[in-house]
Amino acid sequence: MGARSGIRHALWIAWKDLLDLSRNRMGLVMLILMPLFMMGMVGYIFPSNSGMSHVPVALANLDAAQGNTSLGTQFVAQLEALNNKTGMMDLSTVGSAADVKSNIQNGQQSAGIIIGSNFTSNLKTGKQADVTIVVDESNPQMSSLIQTQLTQAIGLMGTQTATYGLNQTYKTPLNYSLAQVAPYNVQTTGIVPGQTSYFEFVAPGIMGMVVMMSLMTGLPHAISYEREMGTLDGMLAAPVHRMSILGGKVIAQTTRGMMQGIMVLILSIVLFGVVIQGSIALILGILLLGVFSLVGLGILITSFTSTEETATMIMMTLTFPMMFLSGVFFPISQMPQFMQVIAQFLPLTYTISALRQVVVLGAGVPEISRDIIILFGFGIVLLSAALLAFERAMKR
Amino acid sequence: MNDVAIKATNLVKKFGDFVAVDHLSFEVNKGEIFGFLGPNGAGKTTTIRMLCTLSSPTEGSATVAGFDVAHQGNKVREHIGLVSEKMIMYDRLTAQENLRLFGELFDIPRNALRERIGELLRVVNMEKWADQQIGTFSTGMKQRINVIRALLNEPEILFLDEPTLGLDPQSTNEIRDFTRSINDDAGTTIILTTHAMTEADMLCDRISIIDYGKIVALDTPSNLKKVITGADTSVIELDVPNITPTLVSNIQSMSCTQTVTVEDETHIRVHATGDEACDNVIDTVRSGAGQIRSIHNVEPTLEDVFLYLTGHVVREQVADKVTTQEGRHGRRARSRIR
Ligand SMILES: Nc1ncnc2c1ncn2[C@@H]1O[C@H](COP(=O)(O)OP(=O)(O)OP(=O)(O)O)[C@@H](O)[C@H]1O
Ligand SMILES: [Mg+2]
Repeated sequence: MGARSGIRHALWIAWKDLLDLSRNRMGLVMLILMPLFMMGMVGYIFPSNSGMSHVPVALANLDAAQGNTSLGTQFVAQLEALNNKTGMMDLSTVGSAADVKSNIQNGQQSAGIIIGSNFTSNLKTGKQADVTIVVDESNPQMSSLIQTQLTQAIGLMGTQTATYGLNQTYKTPLNYSLAQVAPYNVQTTGIVPGQTSYFEFVAPGIMGMVVMMSLMTGLPHAISYEREMGTLDGMLAAPVHRMSILGGKVIAQTTRGMMQGIMVLILSIVLFGVVIQGSIALILGILLLGVFSLVGLGILITSFTSTEETATMIMMTLTFPMMFLSGVFFPISQMPQFMQVIAQFLPLTYTISALRQVVVLGAGVPEISRDIIILFGFGIVLLSAALLAFERAMKR
Repeated sequence: MNDVAIKATNLVKKFGDFVAVDHLSFEVNKGEIFGFLGPNGAGKTTTIRMLCTLSSPTEGSATVAGFDVAHQGNKVREHIGLVSEKMIMYDRLTAQENLRLFGELFDIPRNALRERIGELLRVVNMEKWADQQIGTFSTGMKQRINVIRALLNEPEILFLDEPTLGLDPQSTNEIRDFTRSINDDAGTTIILTTHAMTEADMLCDRISIIDYGKIVALDTPSNLKKVITGADTSVIELDVPNITPTLVSNIQSMSCTQTVTVEDETHIRVHATGDEACDNVIDTVRSGAGQIRSIHNVEPTLEDVFLYLTGHVVREQVADKVTTQEGRHGRRARSRIR
């Protein structure tokens, strides 16, 4: 029984599993729906800057006009003009500060702008005029976004007003006036051209996660299920090397996982407009390497558990925190220190980081060589331990 | 060693502290149908699993087809076929695909495999169903495919672990006939476990009665029955319409009585020794106001042999009705947890 027949056996066992899967209608539907749900939910739950539009905002202009000049009304007109360009807010005018508050409380509006009653008089007498931004603390994510955006918009309006004022009063040219009012022109640029959205950040993460989840839950399931059904005995009582059985299962589950990963890739490009900067082949390569890095863990758990139920339970307990700690949804650098330390010991962290670099930044092999080496290391260590445990477990 | 198919020496299997198989030693000759007969939990399956290399013995050794189960696992596996308690079949694969998969795992060359599958399907009358998914089959049809799956590699030794469990009478008969013919035609050695007495009686050349992991007796069915008659024990069957617990315990307390089994509402089966056994039983029943509709001195069955040897009956549902557990051998009245 040489290596060749060992590989042949593994391929037959994988063939059997995949044939079985292809005839399992419910399984196939889940295979397709899972990535779709993941992408959809994650993409829409977390709002991003570019995604912010038509946020309902209450506007209360309390400015007491002086004669027929109301700078507050002017401010509102300016704000509306700016908003017409960006479409960021849906402004609705309310009568008092109390109305702003109650509208946010009852969920009608997500934020409010209050123009102070001394607005005109303050400006006329050379004082700063008050504008208050009211935020909805029940939605911190949203309120911090709105706060940033509004502050920026109002700041911009202030600059415009001041520039215009200088120009009118001292007859200085407009661009010179601007340089006086706002001497620093800050611009942000990324590594790759174009706007990136949260999808670009999260798509590689989900891709990595889906493939790992599929493998980590699929492998113990595939083996313990057969053990419970008694069909594993059929293979074990045939002159088939234990490694061929394991190999067949790994091939089948990897194929299944990769299919899901590719689904995510296609969905992100087609439905969510993600632009892949790097090479698709490299992405698939990293996913496979990611599988290699974790497959040992799957086998270890399969070896130590005797029923499908416990195997699935342990898998869930392990994969869930792994999902959050390995930076699928949030950058690791924003996590507390101790979590960052844990993240370093998770193979998935490196898979996702490499994927992200390739998808978002267009990195090639040299740029991600460190991740590649670490993933190989994890794979070899975990797999060696797992094979020893598996040999022993099959002899119970 | 040439005509020995299986040789087990002091096989022991422990699960933690629990001894499932307790120092079994036996030999199975080539071409024999060898039965393991015993109640649930006796250790039949565990023994078979060790012989098929699915489980390693805690102590002792065994050779199967001339190869050591502990050290030459792959050699053993090449020469055996296994029909275990659970079906080794994948429901979403067709009969043909299932057979092809296992044939490939035995490295049977493609053409030979195709022929073999066709031939086996024909033998069990399943050609029509070759391309149907197993999941759509009746239990009897599944079992036919399951049995021929175990024959793909033309095994020298075929293990059948309760092959007729859960089958209807017709399928049961088909499988029994098929088992016979495999043994007759190919000379395949067959190890059969069962707790169906008639099955063991019908099929087996030799039977090993196993209880609590130990072999209680090992012989041909007719010799096993002689254990009872040879020991001057009669098996008496009484038809008594008004059985009462007092009546049963009265019979039990007679000095010549070994065991009393209440078989159903009106039948009692008594093992008793001595020439006057029959008369004594009649007297006791009469004096206890029991009416005797009929009384027979019957030929012992394997069931009687088992009862005689172990002090308890094989089938658990019957075991509940046994009024005495003490038995002649002072056997521990161990309760069975399963
Ligand atoms: N893997 C295991 N772990 C622990 N105990 C076990 C295991 N397998 C079997 N046993 C125990 O060993 C004893 C013998 O079991 P076995 O399956 O060999 O009995 P059997 O004679 O085949 O019975 P049955 O007629 O029910 O099939 C039982 O009490 C069973 O509970
Ligand atoms: Mg059994």
